[in-house]
Amino acid sequence: MAQSKAWTALPSWTVYLLGLLPAAFYVVAVFANALGPDPAKALEHALGEWALRFLIAGLAITPLMRFARINLVKYRRAIGLTAFLYVVLHLLVYLVLDLQFDWGAIGKDIIKRPYITIGMAAFALLVPLAVTSNNASIRRFGAAGWRKLHRLVYPAVLLGAVHYLMLVKAWPPEPIVYLLIAVALLAVRLVKPARRARAA
Amino acid sequence: MPVYRYPVPPASEITPKDTILNRRAFMAGAAGLALAGGISGASAQERPKLTTVESPLSTDEAPNSLEDISGYCNFYEFGTGKGDPAKYAGSLTTRPWTIEVGGLVNNPGTVDIEDLLSNYTLEDRIYRLRCVEAWSMVVPWVGIPLASLLSKFDVQGSAKYVAFETLVRPEEMPGQASSYKILPWPYVEGLRLDEAMHPLTILAVGVHGEVLPNQNGAPVRLVVPWKYGFKSIKSIVSIRFTEEEPPATWNIQNPREYGFYSNVNPAVDHPRWSQASERRIGGGLFAKRIDTLPFNGYGEQVASLYDGMDLKKFF
Repeated sequence: MAQSKAWTALPSWTVYLLGLLPAAFYVVAVFANALGPDPAKALEHALGEWALRFLIAGLAITPLMRFARINLVKYRRAIGLTAFLYVVLHLLVYLVLDLQFDWGAIGKDIIKRPYITIGMAAFALLVPLAVTSNNASIRRFGAAGWRKLHRLVYPAVLLGAVHYLMLVKAWPPEPIVYLLIAVALLAVRLVKPARRARAA
Repeated sequence: MPVYRYPVPPASEITPKDTILNRRAFMAGAAGLALAGGISGASAQERPKLTTVESPLSTDEAPNSLEDISGYCNFYEFGTGKGDPAKYAGSLTTRPWTIEVGGLVNNPGTVDIEDLLSNYTLEDRIYRLRCVEAWSMVVPWVGIPLASLLSKFDVQGSAKYVAFETLVRPEEMPGQASSYKILPWPYVEGLRLDEAMHPLTILAVGVHGEVLPNQNGAPVRLVVPWKYGFKSIKSIVSIRFTEEEPPATWNIQNPREYGFYSNVNPAVDHPRWSQASERRIGGGLFAKRIDTLPFNGYGEQVASLYDGMDLKKFF
């Protein structure tokens, strides 16, 4: 049964539009001085959390298709690139506002602080994916090769979620929930597809 | 030596009860309106003024605003977000309030908060506060030296430590009511007896010349300025003298990361992050990082307490 057209009625650029709303909110909040006494930290954490949310949304596309028969693949590139935008903004806030270009401290952080090492590794994994999120790259790599490359998003999301869990004190529920969702969305990919009832 | 009694009326006389009750209703409303934790309802509330004297132990650094101090707190009894205490602590009832004092003393008893407010000289103590999370503030506390209270209980010679305990009241503390236990309750802390008796160590009852906002540990909290903030236990209901080192909540939660002493020390990093520098709250988006000082800058007064101790081992 074909899915209702309503699922894909919106053009994919609406994802960028909606995806930029949180960023726009934070720009306004910065100027309205509404981020509380420690605005740099609030911004850093909020952008990181949005990055994780969009990464997880991107990971949900395939399971939705397989298990709920809802095909949202046309939005996936926009979701992924929006996630990357938040990753970059999050990293910039860390480099510029938090560590203030203190390259010595940044280098030490990357080497000595596992949660920073892990966050940087996740970023490094996402860069080639963002760069190749276009039709020309799919043609160049071939669909199979491109898909293989883009499986790098699996470790990247896991590393992102672990990065969050590792920077908090005690065991607050939010980072645990993000990690569990990420693990669940990856685990369902291991479920073997049921034998097709109809011949293709 | 007789103590000169300043003419300080008890807080109950300063603030009519309906004003206090209105404040609570206002807080509840403000909490509902507060935007994404960014705005605290605390800045607008009226709190009784305290009569204070200055102290030579104060820093001359510029204090953070009441808005910063009351809007950005760690008080996990009210939630783990920095804005949660401001949002939810309005419901905390701080009267009547007594601290039970016991353990190795000849003279156990209770201290009433009104007694603390009216029968002691309240001092302004403007202290740096360094959080273990690598941010800091300058807080103009109002309080009394802890030693001036403890000495009344005739401490026994065998006492070597002082143990503190925070209120447990899940009806008013959503963090304690939650089925997900973020920390074991009650929150407990401890000091060595000489640390507790040090002139820098105070029991704070106010900030910025007013009674403490609930989210800052009302009605009475410990302030130990040379240690990471979590040592300065809030909303105290019990003080006990012990021979053994008392338990401390964060040390129980993760002994590898949070030591019993927890003196501010830029040379001993938290296992997961650096303690070499700190972000001073209140400087806005582009606030400069500043270097963290040993003992949070109070080394001259307190370093001798730790002579001969390996501070990397006893972190």
